[in-house]
Amino acid sequence: MSEVLVQRPTVRGGVGESVPRPDAVPKVTGRFDFLGDLHAEGMVWGATRRAWLPRARLVRVDVTPALTMRGVHAALTQDDVPGHRYQGQKVTDQPVLAEGEVRTWGEPVAVVAADDPETARRAADAIIVELDELEPLTDLDEALARGSVFRHVRVRRGDPDARGEVVVEDTYTTATQDPAALGTEAGLAVPDGLGGLDLWGPTQWTHVDRTQLAACLGLSPEQVRVQPCRLGGAFGSREDLSLQTHLGMLALRLGRPVKMVYDRTESFVGHVKRHGARMRYRHEADRAGRLVRVEAQLLLDGGPYELTSSAVVANSSYFALGPYRCQRVEVDGYALRTNNPPSGAMRGFGANQPCFAAEAQMDRLAEALGLDPLELRLRNAIGPGDHLATTGQLIEHPLPTAEVIRSVAAIPLPDALAPADDDPRRLPGGTGLTTPRDRVVRGVGYAVGLKNLQFSEGFDDYAEARVELTAEGARVHTAAIEVGQGMVTIIAQVVRSTLGVSQVEVAFDHTGRIGSAGSTSASRQTQMAGNAALEAATVVRTQALERLGGDHLDDAGVWRGEQLLAPLAELVADGPIEHHVRYRHRPTQQPDADGQGALHVDFCVAAHRAVVDVDPDLGLVRVVEIAIAQDVGRALNPQQLHGQIEGGIAQGMGHAIMEEVVLDAGVIRNASFTDYLLPTCLDAPEVEAVLVEQPSPWGPFGAKGMAELPTMSATPAVVAAVRAATGRALTRAPVRPEDVVGDLR
Amino acid sequence: MHIERPEGLDEALAALAADPHATLLAGGTDLMVEVNLTHRRPASVVALRRVPELREWDERMIGAGVSWARMESGPVTGLAQLARTVGSPQIRAVGTLGGNLGTASPAGDALPWLAALDAEVVLASDRGRRRLAWDEFLLGPKRTARQPGELIVGVQLPEALPPHQAFAKVGVRQAMVIATVNCCVVRDADGATRVALGAVGPTVRRARRAEALVSGTVRPSAAVLDRFEALVREEIAPIDDHRASAAYRRHAAGVLARRTLERCWS
Ligand SMILES: Cc1cc2nc3c(=O)[nH]c(=O)nc-3n(C[C@H](O)[C@H](O)[C@H](O)COP(=O)(O)OP(=O)(O)OC[C@H]3O[C@@H](n4cnc5c(N)ncnc54)[C@H](O)[C@@H]3O)c2cc1C
Repeated sequence: MSEVLVQRPTVRGGVGESVPRPDAVPKVTGRFDFLGDLHAEGMVWGATRRAWLPRARLVRVDVTPALTMRGVHAALTQDDVPGHRYQGQKVTDQPVLAEGEVRTWGEPVAVVAADDPETARRAADAIIVELDELEPLTDLDEALARGSVFRHVRVRRGDPDARGEVVVEDTYTTATQDPAALGTEAGLAVPDGLGGLDLWGPTQWTHVDRTQLAACLGLSPEQVRVQPCRLGGAFGSREDLSLQTHLGMLALRLGRPVKMVYDRTESFVGHVKRHGARMRYRHEADRAGRLVRVEAQLLLDGGPYELTSSAVVANSSYFALGPYRCQRVEVDGYALRTNNPPSGAMRGFGANQPCFAAEAQMDRLAEALGLDPLELRLRNAIGPGDHLATTGQLIEHPLPTAEVIRSVAAIPLPDALAPADDDPRRLPGGTGLTTPRDRVVRGVGYAVGLKNLQFSEGFDDYAEARVELTAEGARVHTAAIEVGQGMVTIIAQVVRSTLGVSQVEVAFDHTGRIGSAGSTSASRQTQMAGNAALEAATVVRTQALERLGGDHLDDAGVWRGEQLLAPLAELVADGPIEHHVRYRHRPTQQPDADGQGALHVDFCVAAHRAVVDVDPDLGLVRVVEIAIAQDVGRALNPQQLHGQIEGGIAQGMGHAIMEEVVLDAGVIRNASFTDYLLPTCLDAPEVEAVLVEQPSPWGPFGAKGMAELPTMSATPAVVAAVRAATGRALTRAPVRPEDVVGDLR
Repeated sequence: MHIERPEGLDEALAALAADPHATLLAGGTDLMVEVNLTHRRPASVVALRRVPELREWDERMIGAGVSWARMESGPVTGLAQLARTVGSPQIRAVGTLGGNLGTASPAGDALPWLAALDAEVVLASDRGRRRLAWDEFLLGPKRTARQPGELIVGVQLPEALPPHQAFAKVGVRQAMVIATVNCCVVRDADGATRVALGAVGPTVRRARRAEALVSGTVRPSAAVLDRFEALVREEIAPIDDHRASAAYRRHAAGVLARRTLERCWS
């Protein structure tokens, strides 16, 4: 045992620092291998033949013309699925390839593999597909009337006779939003020669993919190794399978690696979207501005397959009125089965749509009461000790609703448009030179969002991690998926601060190496994978200290008092110290028949203030600035928090004024980035963010998941600002120029 | 696929004469999109990027191969304004005037300017050149009078450029957006005014009655401008599509034309 006197080093890159992402430089210099860059020796290329009608009887599929083409190796249909022919995360109702009936525009009918992508595409086109058109079901009220319902969530709470004197009611619509991840779906399946395979595909939860893939491919779960992937964005759209089963089928059939990459148009039909919604609301308040009664009917467009819709509609229903107290609540949320494109998870997971409607209702109510809209919200704001108005759950942990409202209101407003300021980029219409300065009207609007964290309704929600300490430092193993949000940085920071060791690396393991980490969604992984890593690191530290009877561990090694007992290399001379943890958050309950219970483990809030400049004559909107006060628990990495806030705001404001999947009887009319408009850097507003830190009692170092909130209430805040500027009701998101202009013949 | 890479105009015309149905490739910002979407599968291509004559720009003629980036920083006001609205810097670096004319999209941003200027399109084949007025060249949505074996050499400008030119474009984004409506207004020193609008009909339109109303008047009154706006709305034929409704386009065209006209004397 060496006895050297050295200065104790302090850990570098621990929690609280804005540690840069390990993949930042490779990504911006083009050296990061995304899914679409994967390559395997001897691989062939897959392509998908899709249906061109939203609903049809599938009369005939003949793959012979494809098979007779040179360079084509396989052409498979639903008859060729080796195992279970249907997939789905919760209910397996989605055919791997169409069977009997086509239920959505662009549904996959057959897949081919060929020597190169072009041949594969031509071969897919050559397949004979005969469809007999059927009437598609695309209207939400009609779907409800026909009982085409995946799930009805019924919430009843409080005194049924409670009535308020001041009433506002309306119907609100949010269009379908596309997650529009920059990386399209891509993947690679490599047979292992033993009947199984390795699969790289777009995913947010490898283990749930494995379950579905093994069933469909007729393999045991051990034979399917779902690899951690290198995603170019997710936002929820990678929670459901896209091309994985097809890749697996082709690779198993051919015994050789198969790669597939969707182009942008195919991507639009290849992933799930944010549910379009129609929402009917009635708010009643007393003269003092206390919410007395809220009734809401929420219709969510699920598309033809259940996927995550049954969980999404639960969120919509439980967060139907936002972070407010109310005496009587009646919510009926319906996830509806239609022939529109399949919907699923997207940042906010069902809480966004009602947030748009309910926050508009709060503004209306404030106006009817002659109250300041923020004052009305403050009078009803929930916090610890209150019960959630919908489910009745007691709020036990910090929930700074009033604080985020006050904090966002305290941020100074941006300057008025200066008279001399005629840089067109600052005016509505931008470089199009549409709008003289004197035609611009400014508006300010607020919105507050509330959402759950982690999985709810009794789900057994856990994450595994293993930490090993070697002479080189620590390594954290996890199956959690880094989708670009920065979990890779956070986990390392948590482990550094826990162990006291600066050299920490995160290793993303495939499904055969470690158990599930759960999904990278529901604002989960900072708290779930983070806590698993924290607990494992805590045990590793204890074991390291116990090995030598030390009382302190850091980069130098193990210490007792001022004395260094052994450097790391010596400590682990007999082998690494490791520990594996399966972390669970406290259990949640299932709802009773009235939707009551402690259904959620925790909540998060944020408040947005949007400032917009509007050209009322042309209906053009420029979002000048969005201020946000965001509940974060504790800021583990301030820069990443700001990154999530700015990105989330761009996505939320995008849905407020431009992002919409334009549907025409089930057909997407704008399946390209030419016409599905995303905000450019000239559209993205200035962002002023305040982090409200009230440590979570159970998150790692007090942290909370937070990355969905910046999107959620950005949409209603922007639309509220446009209402303030124009006086128009604007009950639909996104707001289109013609909605702003109004009264067009 | 066969690709010819001529290094001069004569060479290009010879290549086209040998293969009159070859697809012409300039910046590729329209063509490659169509190829990627499999809307077009060219069997043979004549690539024009190496033809120096097409990049020439003098007083009377702007070469088909001039990029948006050059137009954006060039001396012709209306053209510079519209060039700035096209795509992104990457698109403007390679996309060309000739390509915009070749595509002849109803929303093409160069077209209202061409029409407002009464400019001509110069076509050449190995048998010689011909000049077509803009409305002889543009026949319909994505249809032009270009014959097999011909290429667009450039745009012939009128003898004197109007001293007042203004362009504006409505789209739902601050930049990089296809026009919902675009508009170019030019005014000569004597007040003669020409107004052209795009994306409000199968091809670019002149609002000739509206032009007549304001031509000559030094400074139209508000009442005249109201009438002008109304006439513009009557003279277009917009449709409903996924970008906007016909009613919005009609409304916006009036507002835009009036504002663009007002810029001609501000
Ligand atoms: C992201 C993006 C944004 C865009 N934004 C805009 C916009 O804002 N406004 C707009 O108007 N357009 C826009 N476009 C379309 C396109 O950039 C323009 O139409 C551009 O001017 C095309 O020029 P090009 O040189 O790239 O043409 P190419 O794609 O090379 O050719 C286009 C067509 O013209 C033909 N052609 C090319 N040169 C000649 C010639 N000399 N003689 C005869 N035929 C010829 C080709 O055969 C082809 O049919 C956009 C495109 C993209 C991809």
